[in-house]
Formats: sequence, structure tokens, C-alpha cells
Amino acid sequence: MNDKANYSLPDEQGHFGIFGGIYVAETLIPALDELRVEFEKAIADPEFMAEYRNELKHYVGRPSPIYHAKRWSEELGGAQIYLKREDLNHTGAHKVNNTIGQALLARRMGKKRVIAETGAGQHGVASATVAARYGMECVVYMGAEDVARQAPNVFRIKLLGATVVPVESGSKTLKDAMNEAMRDWVTNIDSTYYIIGTAAGPHPYPKLVREFQKIIGEECKTQIVEMIGRQPDAVIACVGGGSNAIGMFYPYIEVEGVRIIGVEAGGDGVETGRHAAPLTSNAKPGVLHGQRSFLMQDENGLIVETHSISAGLDYPGVGPEHSYLKDIGRAEYVAINDDEALAAFHDLCKYEGIIPALESSHALAQAAKMAKTMNKDEVLLVCLSGRGDKDIPTVAKMSGIQL
Amino acid sequence: MSRIQSTLEALKASGRKALIPFITAGDPQPDATVAAMHALVAGGADIVELGVPFSDPMADGPVIQRASERALAHGMTLTRVLAMVAEFRKTDSKTPVVLMGYANPVEAMGYEAFAEAARAAGVDGVLTVDLPPEEAEACAAALKAQGIDLIFLLAPTTTEDRVAHVARLASGYVYYVSLKGVTGAANLDVTSVADKLATLRQHLSIPIGVGFGIRDAATAQQVAGIADAVVIGSRLVQEMEAGAAGLNDRLTTFLTGVRQAMDQA
Repeated sequence: MNDKANYSLPDEQGHFGIFGGIYVAETLIPALDELRVEFEKAIADPEFMAEYRNELKHYVGRPSPIYHAKRWSEELGGAQIYLKREDLNHTGAHKVNNTIGQALLARRMGKKRVIAETGAGQHGVASATVAARYGMECVVYMGAEDVARQAPNVFRIKLLGATVVPVESGSKTLKDAMNEAMRDWVTNIDSTYYIIGTAAGPHPYPKLVREFQKIIGEECKTQIVEMIGRQPDAVIACVGGGSNAIGMFYPYIEVEGVRIIGVEAGGDGVETGRHAAPLTSNAKPGVLHGQRSFLMQDENGLIVETHSISAGLDYPGVGPEHSYLKDIGRAEYVAINDDEALAAFHDLCKYEGIIPALESSHALAQAAKMAKTMNKDEVLLVCLSGRGDKDIPTVAKMSGIQL
Repeated sequence: MSRIQSTLEALKASGRKALIPFITAGDPQPDATVAAMHALVAGGADIVELGVPFSDPMADGPVIQRASERALAHGMTLTRVLAMVAEFRKTDSKTPVVLMGYANPVEAMGYEAFAEAARAAGVDGVLTVDLPPEEAEACAAALKAQGIDLIFLLAPTTTEDRVAHVARLASGYVYYVSLKGVTGAANLDVTSVADKLATLRQHLSIPIGVGFGIRDAATAQQVAGIADAVVIGSRLVQEMEAGAAGLNDRLTTFLTGVRQAMDQA
């Protein structure tokens, strides 16, 4: 299909087909214009990119390795599962790839204050970390419900010198944190840089976040060939807003023969309505947080409350590029329920000695499901987007254990 | 000529400025809205802006956020807001009504279907906060086909070439957001607003309303001295928040004071 070869989206206005765009109030438009111009200049500037790469190497610890989960693969009895170890990054998740890039951009633009929204808290931690690293003031907006279920990360953010603002409006989760961050930005637009944590939001954010996360897939393309002599049969990543997934998928869009599989949060099951899977549940396209994308909404266009065991996937929308990749058929999107994700979480602990994030456990569960139906010489490459230390209280609670 | 245009031109001819109050439809409860609209007109409103409640009001401060939450808790929808406008029209065929809200409920209904239903209900203008001119072409065409004005926001951050872009699509009036921030934020700075309006007028031939941060008669009077219309929102929504008891009298009394101050400007 033509759409897949010579892939060059988004266009100038930030559209991926009918998705993406710049749906924000007027006050933000000039700031987004300025950001777009500065960002394009920065990524074309060899000096800027050299500093970004240098930070990723010496501060984050890149490249992150690929690890063959041999015991787990044997136990499953089918395809070989390989893990891209983003959990080994400094701060414990892929989020820092993006926050380093955006903080360098903020510094280049002369902004001394950064704000961020966070769901699971990983992006909040990654933002607070880089703010400390570059000497910036940092305010993190977090839904009050997420503050309660991600207590370790809340404390980490505070230790790093940032302020956490619990958001009490709406459903008190990630989407409300994003609303509040937007309100802060519109009020403090001259001094403040908004570090969006996922590949969503108004143009240029989906592109910008992708460009700072595509290092994941780029490393994979080289590393996996060194290990197995070829590209994998499929790449798999979890999708909330979809930043680790787009980072993994983007370099593979034009690679023929590699299936691209995004895994959404099925919650209690897509059929129950209690989930966070706009792509799998065939939600209609809609406009939220500055972009058009598939969006969980009722028949009146009001955004519905979502549910997932993992705060990081508990979001009613999805990055516009994922909507586009689904639309053109280049990527497949499926949902994994809470209980399946939890089982994969325990499996990885048990067979590989790795505690995965609950978000990443959705991708692992999908890999396990597929591996069983595949041959032993086939290969699935999974983005292990974060480590699961932050989820230990949630998992304990699910298992009826008081810590 | 649209109802908004003729209203604003008549005011201009008599040397007066337009008073445009905003309330959220369905707040504090759905059966209060139509009567509240009439109470605003009794207090001297020239145009009524009716907020369409949305689950994620990103551009609004806490006062209007809470108004949206109260309205949504009573099951308000865009369809019900249109029914309220139709009800209002039964006894007031003169006062223009502008719907102000967010893009997604309109998207969900579909631009053409919305434009037709809005015209049938008696809506005169539509202001969609998160639909800037870059994304507004299709919606603008659908509304224009039904004779409905598309109202745009302009902000302190808006550049001159963008004003020209807005001028090509806008009709009725434009709404200048007087400060960087959300609705109901701190008081505005009249001098800097006056400077900005002078620049905007070089590119715009339609009237300019000013809102965000106008909380009392004195500020309204100052703004009336420099703008074509004064928009008051959060201050009125605070009256709604105080409950239904005596609401209409309170709305009329507050607005009458504002109206008198503006007419002395």
C-alpha cells in the first residue's frame, strides 16, 4: 500500500490522514507554532542531537539491551520472546527518552519552568528527574485517584524536588491531569514549557514525542539482527497514549514482513464497557486534548470514564498516529484484560526474575497468547516499557496481601 | 443580515455597547435555564451566551468547570441545550443566542446535523473553544449554510497574520480573551486590552467583544469604553452556584447594575 512506503507523516498541519491536528483554544496556538518551529530547528541541528544522544548514553544508560526470555518462551512452548529492556533505563521506563529531549528543547527555548501530566507517575518521575538535572522548576499534575494508587512514584517525584498537584476534577485520572496541565500552560505560557508525556496532544507533540522515542525501534532494528540474524516476526508494545509503542513501531512501519501489534488495556473486558481500549472497541473518532483520534465517548460526545488496572493505560484516547496506523491496516490493535496482564506480570517475575510494569505486562500477555500458537523458530519482540516496582502495592492489594 | 449583526448595528447606531452574559445550560438544574435566560434579558442582556457542558472543559477555570459538572450530573446533552434554545425562542424572538462549548459534542452530532438543528432551534452563533481557524473550515461551511455566525476567540498571544486568518472565517463578532489563562481568572488589565484592540481593529471589520476577568460593573464600564461588547461569565455562574432560590432576581439585579454602568461609559 502506498501509505506505508515513503511514510512521511504528519503533514505540515500535524495531520495523519484525518487524525491529529491542532484543536486548542486560541491562546495556545502561537505557543504551539513557536514550539513547532523550534523543535524542527533543534532536530535538524547536529549539535542539539549530539547532546541528546550523549545524555541518553551517559545519563539514561542507552542503548538498552534486548534480552531473550528463554525460560518463559520454553514454558509457553512456542515462539521465542525477546524483550527490549526499557525498564533498565534510568528512572525505570522509556519515558525519560522523551523528557530528556523535551527538557533540552525547553532549555534551548529559554523556559525555566516545566510542567507535566502523569498517570502511573513514570512520566512525572522522568520529568522531575530532568528538571533536577537541568535546574528547572517542575510541577506535575496527577489525578487524585492515581496519586492514591501510585504512592511510591508520588514520593519519588517529591524527592526529586518537583511539586505534585493532585487533580480532583472529572474522573481524577490521566485525562483530568492533562486538562489541568493545559490550564496551567495557558496561564503561564510565557515562562512555561509543557512536557507532554505521550505521543498525543496538539501538533507538534505527537511528532515531537515520536522523534524522541524512536530510538527504541531504531536500536531494536540493529540489535535483534545481531542476535538472531534477522528482524522479528512481530513487534509488540502496550498502548495508552502510545509513546513507547510509537517509538518501537515507527522505525518498523516500512519494514515488510514485521507485524506491528499494539496492546490496549481491556480492563474488565472490552465487552463489559469497563476498559481503556478505544482502538479495539471501535470507538468513533473524536476531539480531545488538542487532537482528533479514536476516542471513548458516549452518543452525545461526552468523554466516558475508563478503567484499567494500570494507571498509565487508563486513558480514553490514543495518539493520532496509532489511529492512522490502524486505519491503513499497517498495525493491529488488540486488548488484554486486567487479569491477563496480572498473570503475565507474575510469569515474568517467576520465569525471568524481572518485575515488569503493569502497563508493559499487557504487551507481555499478548506475546504469551501469540507465542503459544507459533513455531519455536518464530520471534516476538516485546517492548518492556517499564519496571514494576511502582506497581507492587497494587499487585499486593489485588492478591489480598497487606504490605 | 443575521440577528447578531442587526442587534450589534442597532446598538452602535444608538451609541451603546453590547452586554453579553454567559451561563452554562442545565446549571444549577435544567429547568432553571430558560427562565434564567429571560432574567438576563430583563437585566439588559443584548446577546445571551449559553455554555454547552462538556466532560473535559480544558479552557475553563474552576467556577465554570463545576457548572459543567452540575449540568452533566443532570444529564445535560447538546440535544437538550438545543431544546432549551427552542423553548426560549417561543417567547423571545429578538435576543440572539450564541452557543459556546467544545468541539467533541458537535463532532459527535456531525457538523451538518448540528447546524440544521441549531438553526431550527433558533441559535444565532456558535463559539467552539477548541476549534481554531486551522481546523474550522468544514464546521464554518456547515454553519454558514444555515445562516449561523461562527464566533472565534482571539487572545493576547494572537499574532497579526492570524488575526487576518480569523477575519476571513469569522462573522457576527469576535471574542477577545482579555488575559492569558482560563475563564474566571484574575482581573483584566484595561490598558493592555485597549492597545491590543487597536491592533485587532486594523484587520477586523466586525465588532469585538471582550471577556475573561470582568467581574463587576466598574470593570464592565471600563471595557465598554474600549470594546464593542462586554462578556461576563464566571461572575454570573457564581450566582447559579449559590442555588436556585431567588436566582432570576439576583441575575437581573446584577446585570441591571452592569448595564447602567456601561451605558454611562
